[in-house]
Amino acid sequence: MRHLLSIADFSKAEAISILDTANELARVSDGAVKKLPTLRGRTIVNLFAEDSTRTRISFEAAAKRLSADVINFSAKGSSVSKGESLKDTAMTLQAMGADAVVIRHFASGAAQRLADSQWMSGSVVNAGDGTHEHPSQALLDAFTIRKHLGLGKSDLEGLSVAIVGDVLHSRVARSNILLLSKLGAKVVLVAPPTLLPVGVESWPVSISYDLDSVIPFVDVVMMLRVQQERMTEMYFPNAREYSRYFGLNSDRMKSMKPGAIVMHPGPMNRGLEISAEVADSSRSVITEQVTNGVSVRMAILYVLLTGGALEAGGN
Amino acid sequence: MSVALSAPDIKRALTRISHEILEKNQGASSIVLLGIPTRGAHLAQRIASIISEIEGVEISCGTLDITLFRDDLRLRAPKAIMPTTIPPSGVENCDVILVDDVLFSGRTIRSALDALGEIGRPRTVQLAALVDRGHRELPIKADFVGKNLPTSKSQSVRVLLSEIDGRDEVSIEGEAG
Repeated sequence: MRHLLSIADFSKAEAISILDTANELARVSDGAVKKLPTLRGRTIVNLFAEDSTRTRISFEAAAKRLSADVINFSAKGSSVSKGESLKDTAMTLQAMGADAVVIRHFASGAAQRLADSQWMSGSVVNAGDGTHEHPSQALLDAFTIRKHLGLGKSDLEGLSVAIVGDVLHSRVARSNILLLSKLGAKVVLVAPPTLLPVGVESWPVSISYDLDSVIPFVDVVMMLRVQQERMTEMYFPNAREYSRYFGLNSDRMKSMKPGAIVMHPGPMNRGLEISAEVADSSRSVITEQVTNGVSVRMAILYVLLTGGALEAGGN
Repeated sequence: MSVALSAPDIKRALTRISHEILEKNQGASSIVLLGIPTRGAHLAQRIASIISEIEGVEISCGTLDITLFRDDLRLRAPKAIMPTTIPPSGVENCDVILVDDVLFSGRTIRSALDALGEIGRPRTVQLAALVDRGHRELPIKADFVGKNLPTSKSQSVRVLLSEIDGRDEVSIEGEAG
């Protein structure tokens, strides 16, 4: 595996091997050793053409724990804001000897374009492209679910996951649907019809418009952020109505299965899709998702930058 | 393919190594055995249980994965990372005995020393290998060797252990020369 562009690119076994690698790396981070020499001398560029806190610092922390050199590059304050094209930016990075580029871009397909082009020779990691995919988020979500509910199994067979809210604009939802169904979980989407994309009936999911009828039967409730910055039309009458029908509040949380967890990829609109009581409750694993993100991204960088496919077994 | 060590040979070699470890360290009180996954970890377990039988005390035994410390990660496909388990008492001021199945270039052991350096500062680090096949690329030497096997570089040494492979055997594959 040389690039991480889309969950669709890899098999169930490859996904599980990344999760297993992340698991061992998490144990390393827990212990006395915080820094590993694995990627010493390699250069990783974080190319962020769209705002991000979590993903960027998570990739930065992951790269630094593996001793790679990290260059952060955001559109604001760089030549991109002067109108430099992706091609010229990529060629600049190539000239500087970047071994991998972690790219966040507002255009769907930007990471694929970078990987398919001859502009640069390093690995490309898709850290979110438009409304297409966010594969590292899906991997860390699957990792978190497996840790809480996996019962020691390697996959997520038999679990059911509700993905609730703004599916239309969500790359997190697209990557998660692909990965969770690949790992054997059942996915149900809950959203107002206006926030579901055209063609959703061809996805490997079931669809509901009624959150209260779904919540008592699922193991995971994954709330999505309402992406107001991408909304050019009126998708729902007002925030209070959205919150009443599709928000997760403490009353709804009471009807959840025992042991079921609440997830959110962040950043949260507290009071809109999720109430503060729920976000801070014991069912919420939202901060743990952030912690796990570092281990999963370490695993991704390890697999991509050490070349070739994972071999089974030891030394 | 020729068999270099049969199951009873392996058993005798491990018993002798266990006695040598005890002799050199004047008992088992400060010993920590760390096996290098996959097969070294099982060998460490076996040596630990032999030493416990001889001395009548529990021996600290763990595993030390060196994958992330290798110097050839750029050149080869990445290996799956195996668990590292350090005994709760740690390695500080202990006599650590690294256990591996085959000692060859010495690069695995160099990586193991780096990995160990991140965990603590043992009083001594010693090395036990079931087979030493020569062709060292680094100034590294085993303290305890099950058997020295003269090989050519083109041959490969295959170690089978009952925990993984269902039977115990060491064999040499390929033509000498």
